[in-house]
Amino acid sequence: MELAPEEKAALNGEHGETLQTAYRILVATGEATNAERLVPIKWAHLSGVNYNTIGDSGEEFLRELSKDARVKVKATVNPMGIDFDHISDFNHIDDEFIQKQASIRDSYIRMGVEPTFSCTPYDIFDLPEKNTQVSFAESNAAIFANSLGGLKTNKESAFSALASAITGKSPYSDLRKDEVTIPMTIRMKMDNPSELDFGMLGFFAGKVGDMSVNISGVSQPNRRSCKALCGGMGTSGTCAKFQFVDNEDDTSEKVDFGKEEMNEIYDELNTAEKGDLITLGSPQLGLEELSDLSKMLKGKLFQKRCMIFCSRSVQEQARSLDYTNEIERAGGEILSDCCTCLTPLIDTNETDAVTTNSIKGAYYLKNSTGVDVNLKPLSKIIEDETK
Amino acid sequence: MSKIIVQGKAQGKILKTTSPINFLGAVDKRTGMVRDEKYDIFEKSIKDTVLVFPHGIGSSVGAYTIYSLKSHQSAPLAMICQKADLTVASGCALANIPMIVVSNEEFDSLNDGNQITVDTESEKIFN
Repeated sequence: MELAPEEKAALNGEHGETLQTAYRILVATGEATNAERLVPIKWAHLSGVNYNTIGDSGEEFLRELSKDARVKVKATVNPMGIDFDHISDFNHIDDEFIQKQASIRDSYIRMGVEPTFSCTPYDIFDLPEKNTQVSFAESNAAIFANSLGGLKTNKESAFSALASAITGKSPYSDLRKDEVTIPMTIRMKMDNPSELDFGMLGFFAGKVGDMSVNISGVSQPNRRSCKALCGGMGTSGTCAKFQFVDNEDDTSEKVDFGKEEMNEIYDELNTAEKGDLITLGSPQLGLEELSDLSKMLKGKLFQKRCMIFCSRSVQEQARSLDYTNEIERAGGEILSDCCTCLTPLIDTNETDAVTTNSIKGAYYLKNSTGVDVNLKPLSKIIEDETK
Repeated sequence: MSKIIVQGKAQGKILKTTSPINFLGAVDKRTGMVRDEKYDIFEKSIKDTVLVFPHGIGSSVGAYTIYSLKSHQSAPLAMICQKADLTVASGCALANIPMIVVSNEEFDSLNDGNQITVDTESEKIFN
């Protein structure tokens, strides 16, 4: 990879250790993605915020880094493990977790990020103009940005996005270029798919696809389904972009996603007949989804605990529009700054299984939190779990 | 043709898997134990091995898992992949773990359990 003289100097440590580390990461990721140079980016979205995922070494790393590292471009951050406004509702969260999580939050704020604590930055901000180069680490957000937002990003890692935030640059890899040949088309064979089906389609596409895939046989999915697709895809593979296509006349390899493929994924991730509690939101719910939910819950009452995750800013908007009244009346707990994935809010001493409509959530509930998962689309959750 | 992603030198026993690895979901960040039963290296530790695997998948936070493994002295000595991905590349870059991308033929020629020396400075990168 060719570096400009300034960039070379930074890599050699002439501008301090922080920038040297950042450029070392950019060079490795540039080599990994066959980039020939770095390009400026306008916005970095960082992952690596939840103490559960980054641990003590991550907390220490960020504390040290934030002594002198400052972000150079707009930077937003992923969810934490907990909602600091609701700690008292969860008495099993230990003080160490709270203190370490606060330290991580403060380190990011010290570096100058916007404290969004959300995996759905596309639900919070107006997106910049088409083809703007950004650096999104959160996989569902990167896929959304490339596929539905008209932006350009690699499926960044926590460190490559952090390095981009500090330097304002990212490797000019294939996904950032205008012409990307898409080698595979997934043919959606399921009729009237729910958001859960879209999540499974994404999970399947992520497994079989490489960098990008076409998806045919799908007409105008709603935002909930689009987000489920992005979330599922980001969980299972390296795929960072999809494109809905009407025809299959091109020369790309064709792969069917039908009943058999779907059942295989369902059987992999659905491991329980019912859950002890319900979680909605991975990705975190947007305003439109909260509006839908409040309508669906009219006059109903959850029969068990239901955690509903959305960003702080979406929650505030939803409150001002009164969407939250009906949800909370029905017993839903609205939580912000965290989400289903790897939250310690789910007490594994008291919870054997969780009901959710999220494929991404299911994967991490099962593999990281260590509970069983009962998968259902939202409409079925409301039908079965409310009165 | 091998490609060096992160420079360095290491010597150890190969742990080879044909499963792409989601470091965040599948590997314990303190011990290096693989805890997802879907993997053919389930319940094996990647600690102090030369880890040979197709590529990384899934969460971008897997880079922190790699860094955490290094901090807990549970990291692989080196990583050899078929395909580079940003999560593994950036995690190895920060943790100073040598990382190489090899061709499919070279990947196939690496056998689980064999001793291997990796040296990115040397003409023959591994033998």
